[in-house]
Amino acid sequence: MMELIELFLASMLSNNIALIFILGMCSLIAVSTSIKNSVNMGVAVIVVTTLTAMINWPIYELLKATGTTQLSLLVFIIVIAAFVQFLEMFLAKYSPKIYEAFGIFLPLITVNCIVLAVSLFFQTRDYTFAQTTVFALGSSIGWAFAMILLAGVRQKMYRVSNLPKGLRGRAIAFIILGILALAFIGFTGIGRVTFIN
Amino acid sequence: MDQSKKKPSTWLRLQYKKWFVLLRRGLTEENPIIVTVLGICSSLAVTNRVENAIFMGLGVTFVIIASSALVSLLRNLIPSKVRMVAYMVIISVFTIVVQMFLQAFVPTVADRLGSYTGLIITNCIVMGRAEAFAIKNPVKYTLIDGLANGLGYMLVLVLIASVREPLAFGQYFGMTIPGFENWIKWNVMALAPGGFFVLGMIAWGFRALMGKYEEDGVQ
Repeated sequence: MMELIELFLASMLSNNIALIFILGMCSLIAVSTSIKNSVNMGVAVIVVTTLTAMINWPIYELLKATGTTQLSLLVFIIVIAAFVQFLEMFLAKYSPKIYEAFGIFLPLITVNCIVLAVSLFFQTRDYTFAQTTVFALGSSIGWAFAMILLAGVRQKMYRVSNLPKGLRGRAIAFIILGILALAFIGFTGIGRVTFIN
Repeated sequence: MDQSKKKPSTWLRLQYKKWFVLLRRGLTEENPIIVTVLGICSSLAVTNRVENAIFMGLGVTFVIIASSALVSLLRNLIPSKVRMVAYMVIISVFTIVVQMFLQAFVPTVADRLGSYTGLIITNCIVMGRAEAFAIKNPVKYTLIDGLANGLGYMLVLVLIASVREPLAFGQYFGMTIPGFENWIKWNVMALAPGGFFVLGMIAWGFRALMGKYEEDGVQ
């Protein structure tokens, strides 16, 4: 149990998937223009990442048993695309309210690196099912956390500062991300999960 | 008198050829990293070595060219409703090719890139070129467009790595730079913050040079 809590904290803070592994940047930069959008997108990503990792784990076991692990990439991406499509249809039919809030982000999630990255990381790190679930949950919460922090800084900065023209928009977002990443390096030591790569 | 009949110079004619325009756009005006800042997910983390940057850039270039060409070949057969899934399958097949190629011929680099080669699938540029260009253009132009975007991408990756590697390890391309023997390593440059800072600075510099600015977009 202690190990799982440790893994959860490590994947959320000291091995934050956005700030330490630099993944999921495209949608992170695009959506972090407002805190409200960031929160909605973050929740959608947490749900999709955790559930797809839980679906992908047994499928990967099946691939291992049949000795076709090279195909894992193809299978994972199809599972993710199909799951997102299914979720979109389900929400549109049964809860239009939630669909209105999260619907526009769902297609973005299919091409979000972190959904696939979580599935690839459990593959290279040989996680068990429980570890995979905890890792997926921690990683996606950490990602959403990083995005909301960035959105907060960007919103404040937009109101009060007069930036050089060339630095506006995405360039300054990277500098802010760099500073956030420096702060997150301070969490090193939580959990014993080491850097792959 | 003869001025009007004189043929325009080769250089001038070249500038109006479609392939030249495409090539120039991908490399400078619409450079995928500098201008649109797309597709750094899979690559920024591995730019702490020039060697990694080159292999990653080559892999992405290959995937862009091959998948855009195939999408363009099949563009009349793919129903527009399922085109996203079709792109995904095409791109993932070529990504698996790159992954297996790296494992077979340069296993040390494949180890260092790790899961990041698999993440080429979700690289926004590959998908972006398929959706924005390949689905509505003939094959020969998609080949040039893919090459231009891939090279533009690789150029910036190598540029970032050329700043990070000497500062982080005192080396270039894995070899110690003369005069850097007693270099005190900047660990931050080898980690994520270095990548973010260098990319931000490079984007700033190029945008200021080219006079291409972007609105903040913050709400």
